[in-house]
Amino acid sequence: MNIKRVKAIAKKELKHVLRDKVLLLLLLIFPAFLISFFGYAINFDVQNIKLSVYDADKSSLSREFTEGLTASEYFDLSVYMLSSEEADSVLEHKEAAAAIVIPEGFNADIRNGKNTGVQILIDGVDANTANIIKNYLEGYVNVFNTQAMKDITALKGIELKVPLNYSPVFWYNPDLSTTYFLVPGLISMILLITGVISVSLTFVKEKEKSTIDQINVSPVTNGELITGKILPYIALSLIDAVIVVVLGYILFDAVVQGSYLQLFLSTLVFLMSCISLGLFVSVIADSQQVAFTVGTFITLLPSFILSGFIFQIESMPKFIQIITNITPAKFYNVILRAIYIRGVGWENFWPQIVYLLIFSGIFLFLSVKITQKKRAL
Amino acid sequence: MNSIVADNLTKKFGSFTSVDSVSFSVKQGEIFGFLGANGAGKSTTIKMLCGLLEPTSGDAAVGGYSIKKEADKVKTVIGYMSQRFSLYNDLTVGENINFFGGVYGLYGNSLKERREWILDIANLRGKENTLTGSLPGGVKQRLALGTAVIHRPEIVFLDEPTSGVDPVSRRSFWELIHSLSEEGTTVFVTTHYLEEAEFCSNIILIDAGRLIAEGNSKFLKSNYITNKIFEIRSPGLIELLDSAKKLPFVEDVSIFGNSIHLMVTSEIEEADDLKNRLESITGIKLTGIEVIPPSLEDVFIHLLEGKK
Repeated sequence: MNIKRVKAIAKKELKHVLRDKVLLLLLLIFPAFLISFFGYAINFDVQNIKLSVYDADKSSLSREFTEGLTASEYFDLSVYMLSSEEADSVLEHKEAAAAIVIPEGFNADIRNGKNTGVQILIDGVDANTANIIKNYLEGYVNVFNTQAMKDITALKGIELKVPLNYSPVFWYNPDLSTTYFLVPGLISMILLITGVISVSLTFVKEKEKSTIDQINVSPVTNGELITGKILPYIALSLIDAVIVVVLGYILFDAVVQGSYLQLFLSTLVFLMSCISLGLFVSVIADSQQVAFTVGTFITLLPSFILSGFIFQIESMPKFIQIITNITPAKFYNVILRAIYIRGVGWENFWPQIVYLLIFSGIFLFLSVKITQKKRAL
Repeated sequence: MNSIVADNLTKKFGSFTSVDSVSFSVKQGEIFGFLGANGAGKSTTIKMLCGLLEPTSGDAAVGGYSIKKEADKVKTVIGYMSQRFSLYNDLTVGENINFFGGVYGLYGNSLKERREWILDIANLRGKENTLTGSLPGGVKQRLALGTAVIHRPEIVFLDEPTSGVDPVSRRSFWELIHSLSEEGTTVFVTTHYLEEAEFCSNIILIDAGRLIAEGNSKFLKSNYITNKIFEIRSPGLIELLDSAKKLPFVEDVSIFGNSIHLMVTSEIEEADDLKNRLESITGIKLTGIEVIPPSLEDVFIHLLEGKK
């Protein structure tokens, strides 16, 4: 490898990038746009759920029950119903996501040690949210029950001890914040898309304008050409990654828990796999248009759906789970979350690093083989 | 001394044979014209000689190196310029020169000297910062030639370097080619402008991948054309062309601007004889007729038509 030739190619490539203001702006604004978009629009945290209540008992205990709910950040009282029949129309008109009906005699029954029921209706259209509401309410009812039992036995002069005290603590992402979970996923998605598309476009452009012939007749080797051409894009991708990390911190308080060095090095490994994929696209595509379409198709969709970025891989059917292995983003996401959220080191994600290296190797090998075949035809 | 020796060079694409056992040799410092119709196999041959394509069989020595076994070494002794002037349009003149200089390992004073030389031959002095895409075709062409020989190669391949360029630029471009040849550079050039082929010291003609004629322009004209060629003018040129094709004493006939060139069989010697025969058979009045020396175009039309 001749360093002078690599330098000449890298310098030329950098000039292309810096001169193409639209591309440059796109490459820099794209990550900022994505992180704002995903951070603010896609939010699975359920808060301020609209709740409607019909309290037929109108006792201090029933008031205590509803106030306990609406005082939390999860529920807001939206409609105070005047009859239990209203519940239907409240849910139908989306005035509330859940309706609670407290029956008459609620207070008296509890005080007398009788069983009583509270009717809870949840809008099940959005299954995900409905499930979360159900869990919140279940937890609340448990707490309420325990407290009520304690109060009743206390009146009789007995102190009640709860046998199993349940108070889970969430590690790594204590607030269960979706954004915190999404930021690392965004890094992989942005790097994959910009990496594959920009690398494939820059090579196909040389083919399209036949400037590649001029380089092929020169002593420049394939290795020198590839190294020289991708260097500016590696730098640009790293800048993109920094933008996401910084914006993630500023906008969503997402802090890197682990080592920055490990983050940097594993990002380089991931970029290698993006670049080899980009090279592969440039080898099979003969026009920029085809390269762009193929590049978008093989990066955007898999990195969004199959990488575990948003949808949990473990809950997919076995068959789809196998298919998820085609995207390097899946493995980089594991690494990123390990470093970013859990703050752990190499020993936890070396298999993923090995996978990414193998992935790069396979696509580099394929690209070289196909190129040779085209030359010999 | 030979710069290029092609030995039964053959390239097949599947069942299609693009170049079929072509052999020739090119002397050092000569301007070697490589002619043929579109699709005859010119570009494929050049690509093989430059090491861009592997020959299916046969071999060639370029600058003494085998294109099969020493393609890497071949690349150090050649320059290449394609008809598409492979310059980067979004880079400036200076940036293009520096890039190709860097690719060939030039730097410092040697790069500076070559940069000055290129700017001189392309008349771009003081325009180093102009975007290459905004240059007129003729200037771009000279810049492309300059960058193709920035490393002073022994041999330069020019693949239809003058297509799409105005006649004045073409003429001055050929002067440039001559000066390269005088300095000892071997110039291997393809063109489909046959008047340009007259500037070449040696010519080969290929058709459908096969070599069909070889030699300098004088030899080609005397060797392949033995019969007389007449230039004929007439108001009914097209009808004359159509009826003349069917006549037994006419070998080839083709239109050249506002006249037709007619090659006759050896039985006809005199212009008057031909004029009388044509007028009496076709009934079309001729306004002028004269014997002309054959041009290369006549030679090639004769050779290509003769094959069919």
